[in-house]
Amino acid sequence: MKVLAAMSGGVDSAVAAARAVEAGHEVVGVHLALSRQPGTLRTGARGCCTIEDSMDAQRAANMIGIPYYVWDFSERFKLDVVDDFIAEYSAGRTPNPCMRCNERIKFAALLEKAVALGFDAVATGHYANIVEDENGNRELHRAAAWAKDQSYVLGVLTTEQLAHSMFPLGSTPSKAEIRAEAAERGFSVANKPDSHDICFIPDGNTRGWLADKVGAEQGEILDRNGEVLGKHEGAVAFTIGQRKGLNVGYPTDDGKPRFVLEIRPKTNEVVVGPREALALSEVAGTKFSWAGLDPLASGFIRESGESFECHVQVRAHSDPMPATARIAPATEGVDNVGDAMGPELIVRPHEPLIGVSPGQTAVIYVGTRVLGQCTIARTVSAVPVEV
Amino acid sequence: MWSARGKYGVAVTIYLDHAATTPMRPAVVEAFAAALPVVGNPSSIHSQGQFAKRMLEEARETVAASVGADSVEVTFTSGGTEAINLAIKGLFWARNSGAVARPRILVARAEHHATIDAVEWMREHDGAVLDWIPVDAFGRVDVDYVHAALADDVALITMLWANNEVGTVQPVFEVSALAAASGVPMHVDAVSAFGYVPLDFHAAGIAALSVSAHKIGGPVGVGALVIARSATVTPLIHGGSQQRSRSGTLDAPGAVAFAAAAQEATHDLAATASRLIELRDSLIAGIRQAVPDAVLRGDSDDRLPGNVHFTFPGCEGDSLLFLLDVAGFSVSTGSACQAGVPEASHVLLAMGLDEPAARGALRISLGETTTADEIAQFVEALPRAVGQAAAAGYSSRDTVLGHYPGA
Repeated sequence: MKVLAAMSGGVDSAVAAARAVEAGHEVVGVHLALSRQPGTLRTGARGCCTIEDSMDAQRAANMIGIPYYVWDFSERFKLDVVDDFIAEYSAGRTPNPCMRCNERIKFAALLEKAVALGFDAVATGHYANIVEDENGNRELHRAAAWAKDQSYVLGVLTTEQLAHSMFPLGSTPSKAEIRAEAAERGFSVANKPDSHDICFIPDGNTRGWLADKVGAEQGEILDRNGEVLGKHEGAVAFTIGQRKGLNVGYPTDDGKPRFVLEIRPKTNEVVVGPREALALSEVAGTKFSWAGLDPLASGFIRESGESFECHVQVRAHSDPMPATARIAPATEGVDNVGDAMGPELIVRPHEPLIGVSPGQTAVIYVGTRVLGQCTIARTVSAVPVEV
Repeated sequence: MWSARGKYGVAVTIYLDHAATTPMRPAVVEAFAAALPVVGNPSSIHSQGQFAKRMLEEARETVAASVGADSVEVTFTSGGTEAINLAIKGLFWARNSGAVARPRILVARAEHHATIDAVEWMREHDGAVLDWIPVDAFGRVDVDYVHAALADDVALITMLWANNEVGTVQPVFEVSALAAASGVPMHVDAVSAFGYVPLDFHAAGIAALSVSAHKIGGPVGVGALVIARSATVTPLIHGGSQQRSRSGTLDAPGAVAFAAAAQEATHDLAATASRLIELRDSLIAGIRQAVPDAVLRGDSDDRLPGNVHFTFPGCEGDSLLFLLDVAGFSVSTGSACQAGVPEASHVLLAMGLDEPAARGALRISLGETTTADEIAQFVEALPRAVGQAAAAGYSSRDTVLGHYPGA
């Protein structure tokens, strides 16, 4: 196959590219330029997007013996990932930019350009597995290395995207083995630190960066009765479930700590309350997709609308929780942004989920298989609120 | 489209990027190799130093003759970029060293980045006022604008002899006559013109001229700024004052190699140029026939003999470059790279193109070693690459492979 290896300049994608070559594929390395003004050198926790990273990627491609190019996706990245990130936070939601990047850039813009230019697949250094069933249908599964598993951020892949994806690291039991392999191959990036945090926020200070982009104005901290408890320095500085940094001067009557329950960007208000008010018995969204066959075609349900048992995961590294899911048919009326209410994926965890914000993605697993995902738009509190 | 690759992943390629750099001439390799083992710093007083100095000065004479200048006017540099920086900054500083302030730099819009970035730096750090000379749809500077803009407060005027991207040969003599009449020193960046069109420093009557060795089959890392006897250029690099306006140990082997290249590139320039013009025009005709909607950029007659530049509507230059590369052809989008990212060319934007059109650019540049067969092979391979690049198109934000039932 003709394979495009997406090379960030990190150790994982370098090894993935080398393995694709050894698997007999014709491989070309491509580094995605995601910023029009890239930094010169890697700083802090960033592991991509600087000129140093681009040079690391090129050096690895040279050592593997594959051609290497830089493709510019900076405009798309700004529109679809950075601006989206700002808009979501401004609306009081909590987006996952890495997921958005997979959904709109790596497995959309990049993959589509690759296919148009004659490639059969895009290989990345993600830790996840693709398994084919007896009929050749592709399924997305967790990586062998659970500690490094990245199937959550790939949950947005559609069947068609999965058909053109390749994850050469999926069956490796640990990151240490990847580093050892990189060292054996002589890659200069063998000991390069892992990237974490958000690549377009160089110093890792998400709150400060957001405050700079959307502005931060002083607003009120309220309890669930609407009583003003104090002031805050900008609603975007908070996430749901946050306990520290509230600066409410006096304690609650029962002495229990307060948590952020709700962020109201329109009125610049932050609502706080007890931990039990964070518990959710249901999360749901109309923006969902299946990574492979849907539950009906997979045989998990016999007719559409039936419930099925699964696990739900709401963050990249949180534990999967046992849950029951079903698809409710489209209803009349419009949602809160004015769109027609399409079918909704409804997930009911067996134990309440704590501290989940609208905008987060719920990924649905059956065993190790990623069935699909939905962007959480609606939540139901587990405990009726006493006010 | 995917050709076999050998060691280092380099395919058996047809090289059509001579404007970026061109193969070192066999005579240059020979002269360079012979000069490299010579011991002796040309600035040393002993006999070995004197021998190295003699090599260097003979080379300087050859280089001077190749551009119509005197030996004393040639200052060797590390290449074209240093020469351009020395000319612009050095002339600006010298012109502003007295009581009279001359903050204005007259500079053309479609210059090479060595000039653009140098004058921008001067604006930010040295109070230079940039007066941009417009260019027409072919990339040619507006002589009337220069005429109107020349005044006592102009420190210098700087422009290309020929545009490095679209190949348009500039009206150097018309502008230099105006500059001379106003007493404003003029620098000409002749890096891409050298070896392809005749240069005559004295006839042009300019203050400074930049050239580079590797563009004419010499080594990378050697260039020269030709500085008129009458001009004053404040140095950029300070040290042992080995040359006029430049310090640093003299590079005798580099100068020898540069001289060998200059000698070969200019001694039979008319014949070389006419051979290249024939190839160039057959390539232009071939591309027009193979891809009818491709648009030739730059002037079709006043054009560097080795330069072919087209924009392909609906294509991204980097897609085209990739497809042609894997098919075995080395070409260029012509524009500068930031971390290897092709940006829309400022030259094409200055010529009035919009960004989408400018992004579909491809420069195919011919040189000494180019053959008619290579041109034919390129023309044969081009339509397929253009078709595929057009299918990949500009990045659309609508996903094709993914669909979101609820979205």
